[in-house]
Amino acid sequence: MTQDKISALDAVSDTYHYGFETKIDAETAPKGLNEDIIRFISAKKNEPEWLLEFRLKAYRHWLTMKEPLWAKVSYPPIDYQDIYYYAAPKTSKGPKSLDEVDPELLKTYDKLGVPLHEREILAGVAVDAVFDSVSVATTFREKLARQGIIFCSISEAVHNHPDLVRKYLGSVVPYTDNFFACLNSAVFTDGTFVYIPKGIRCPMELSTYFRINTKKSGQFERTMIIADDNSYVSYLEGCTAPQRDENQLHAAIVEIIVMDNAEVKYSTVQNWYPGDKDGKGGIYNFVTKRGLCKGVNAKLSWTQVETGSAVTWKYPSCVLMGDNSVGEFYSVAITNNYQQADTGTKMIHIGKNTSSTIISKGISAGKSQNTYRGLVKMGKNADNARNFSQCDSLLIGSQCGAHTLPYMLSSNPSASVEHEATTSKISDDQLFYCRQRGLDAEEAVSLIVNGFCKDVMQKLPMEFAVEATRLVAVTLEGSVG
Amino acid sequence: MSAWLEIKDLTVKVGDKPILNGLSLSVNAGEVHVIMGPNGSGKSTLSNVLCGDEHYKVTGGFIDFKEKNLLEMSVEERARAGIFLAFQHPIELPGVSMATFMKYALNARRKAAGEKELDAVSFMKRIKVRAQALGISDEMLKRPVNVGFSGGERKRLETFQMAVLEPDFCILDEMDSGLDVDAVKVAGNGVKIMRSPDRSFLVISHNIKFLKEQIVPDKIHVLVHGRIVANGGMELLDEIDQNGYAAFQKEAVA
Repeated sequence: MTQDKISALDAVSDTYHYGFETKIDAETAPKGLNEDIIRFISAKKNEPEWLLEFRLKAYRHWLTMKEPLWAKVSYPPIDYQDIYYYAAPKTSKGPKSLDEVDPELLKTYDKLGVPLHEREILAGVAVDAVFDSVSVATTFREKLARQGIIFCSISEAVHNHPDLVRKYLGSVVPYTDNFFACLNSAVFTDGTFVYIPKGIRCPMELSTYFRINTKKSGQFERTMIIADDNSYVSYLEGCTAPQRDENQLHAAIVEIIVMDNAEVKYSTVQNWYPGDKDGKGGIYNFVTKRGLCKGVNAKLSWTQVETGSAVTWKYPSCVLMGDNSVGEFYSVAITNNYQQADTGTKMIHIGKNTSSTIISKGISAGKSQNTYRGLVKMGKNADNARNFSQCDSLLIGSQCGAHTLPYMLSSNPSASVEHEATTSKISDDQLFYCRQRGLDAEEAVSLIVNGFCKDVMQKLPMEFAVEATRLVAVTLEGSVG
Repeated sequence: MSAWLEIKDLTVKVGDKPILNGLSLSVNAGEVHVIMGPNGSGKSTLSNVLCGDEHYKVTGGFIDFKEKNLLEMSVEERARAGIFLAFQHPIELPGVSMATFMKYALNARRKAAGEKELDAVSFMKRIKVRAQALGISDEMLKRPVNVGFSGGERKRLETFQMAVLEPDFCILDEMDSGLDVDAVKVAGNGVKIMRSPDRSFLVISHNIKFLKEQIVPDKIHVLVHGRIVANGGMELLDEIDQNGYAAFQKEAVA
């Protein structure tokens, strides 16, 4: 790197493209967390007694837990009493059609490139848009309902499908699992619920757009996907957030249950506000995502493109319990400026002939720190289980860091675990070659990085892949002088 | 009218080391010029400086291209203005297909010129026609740029990029080096196809047979110790062929 480039790196000036704020008065609970607040949330959502009990049990357990400190991230201590745990937009009664949706909201989605009308008609995507903590628009539900597919907010599912929710809530991620999952179990406000009945192939990609709004409102999403025997579903999750000065806590849980011969594809494009070029502000993203391949031949694929958040702590995992079940993790994690990401996966092999694949591409620019942390565990009954992991890191500039921490534990001599890792840098020669062909430095970086992540991008559904490619360019703006 | 490319008294340093010491050269539209000279005389430096490589420091003189001051332009601005370098050692871009690379390159130029991006159909037509003429298969266009290709294939792909981008001024830095007899012919053929009254070439090569039979230049320049020490026509090639650079090197010292 020439001196010019290093100083240009110092002067990184990435502006967040989705920085705006929708003016909707939120109906909020007072700041802080105690049993009364949990009762308030539960009452507000008109919840049954068993769910309130679940929340209170989680809260009482949470009080005994300590925030985990093992991740390679650092941030100032979070004051959990200085956070709003409940905020709902005025339209919380639930509109029956788009006509009833607040036009302000629709405008927000338009700015984000989520034109609901067009998506409904052209793309055939059913969108369950989560704004703050309450779902405000659910589309295509009737069409899906005809096939017995349930696609709704988890609050609705609590009322309309209580047996399913009660049976599976906490079955993959118990409230005792970890500090953030426990907090979520106590205070989760909304999220998505999906049930695909036996033998049904969901005819469209199910998509949810998350937004974080309202100052200092922690977001505690709870998503649950159940794929019954011989079913298939592809689920897309994407998020952006308005610009903020203050840090916002996000601690979501995603639980997935995959039965015999069923398949779930879960794709995420995450673009939350990462903080400014000096590392001020940005979202703290502490997420627990886990799927249980419960049945034989069950398959679960996680694909994620992570470009946002100031701090990311996230390990989408697969518990491969059913014989012959398959787990996949395809990840692109990009960090710039002062972003910190500690992300990876866990593949827990329990059943026989289970197999897993991990492809992780980490890109670090600016002064960011990007860590891959993964666990592959072969249980004693996991005969002939196989894993292949590939973890590649790409560095842009000389002030960032990339770290790879693979953990492998095998208790079965017939199981095989393979791990490959590389670290490379975008070279001056590559930049010169691209620029000589007419690309400017930013276009060149975007091209090279997209080439580096190609194996993962190809796993994304078409419309998501286009968005993700654009996001790579936006995220790395200003990373090269 | 002044020449297309006018280099006057150019001095260039890498770190503290002077490489070019008052180089002057004029190339008119449609002309093919050859630069020859012993190793280390500054030939590749000249081509990289023409492209704006920031590793080289221009300490004196000027370069005008089509009456614009080239030295004030960035690497990509020069490329968009029509300067093209066929690299001696083409660079690998893992995961980036040649087709994608050319799409980015063409659209970057069009964007800078305020034109609309090429649609997929016109783009494919443009690259397919040129690929066929140079014997480049669809499979080669899909593979990552320069990754896993032989030396000959890489050079052919450089010629292909030149044909797609249609530059006004082509610099060929030892495009024949390391090629077998047939590949040299393909490379030469690419230049023949591209020759036009609106396009000039600056060819750097040691291969006298290649220059005489394939390139057929208008002018020959001999570069020694960072200066042009002799200018001439085809007869200079025979002289170098027979006597080497010894005589020119004495001149440079004197």
